[in-house]
Amino acid sequence: MRDKISSSPVLSVVSKILFAPIIIFGLYVQFHGDYGPGGGFQAGVIVAAAFILYSMIFGLSKGETLVPIMINRYLMCVGVLLYAGVGIVSILLDGMYLDYNVLSSDPSTGQHIGIILVELGVGITVATVMIALYHSFASFGEINE
Amino acid sequence: MNFLLINFFLISLLLVTTFFIFKTTSLISVVALTGAFTLLCSAIYVNLDAVDVAFTEAAVGSGISTILMVMAAAKLPEGKKNKLINLFPSIILAVSISLILIIIIANLPLLGDPNAPIHLHVVPEYLKESKDFFHIPNVVTNILASYRGFDTLGETIVIFTAGLGVIALLTSNTLNRKTNFKKNNKKNER
Repeated sequence: MRDKISSSPVLSVVSKILFAPIIIFGLYVQFHGDYGPGGGFQAGVIVAAAFILYSMIFGLSKGETLVPIMINRYLMCVGVLLYAGVGIVSILLDGMYLDYNVLSSDPSTGQHIGIILVELGVGITVATVMIALYHSFASFGEINE
Repeated sequence: MNFLLINFFLISLLLVTTFFIFKTTSLISVVALTGAFTLLCSAIYVNLDAVDVAFTEAAVGSGISTILMVMAAAKLPEGKKNKLINLFPSIILAVSISLILIIIIANLPLLGDPNAPIHLHVVPEYLKESKDFFHIPNVVTNILASYRGFDTLGETIVIFTAGLGVIALLTSNTLNRKTNFKKNNKKNER
């Protein structure tokens, strides 16, 4: 079950071709969210979709070597802590919690930095949580086999 | 006129999809049809000019959640047909809920009404000042990340907690399960 590798060459070739463009599209959605539709939530889901596609086609254990489970779990926390940390930093810089104005000498640049960091935190958390969800679902019940 | 035509077309497709979700008995096709349903919903959002919502609906609703539902359906035992024993209570429930919803919809402000309460509170201020202040053209991002930063932090923590819960419930931690199993066996022996 765990190492069941897809027998169809079409699937494996197509997923190999698609993997990089999906991630690049995810990064585009992540960092272009200020100018167009998008942002952390959507980008996280798109990046997670690339990794889920990979582990669907090549088997869970290969997906595990690509994104080790423990690193994935640490990254889940890193995203939330990055978001909360931006708030703490703005307190330390004599602002209020999550007040991005103080992050730079120019308030609007500060807002820009804050929004990008916060969206990055959201993106990391969403992507890793989705990968973790997929992994938990896919590996559930394997112990009985 | 075009707007109405497209909306009518999409909503009738939505009704057809719903009908087939009711009709099918196989789990996988229900999952696939639900994916189609959310994709149609995101098309409706695009038609309503809510591109961000449509994007989220397409990525989360018809993308990831369909995959997760397929995974969950694959874990379920096959061959269990959907048996509807007594339709009467569910029909009454569905009709009463739809009646309540129709009454509520009748009291909602019209689509695009400039005097609707939601357009009078803080939205004009946000729309007016956000572009000059942030230099970020996407007002949705400004509201999401800056004006409503606390809410988004809360949402992120909700997602994080959901992930933690699923990991705690479903992850097959071989070592722990074996020790628990032994403990339970010992208890049973006593």
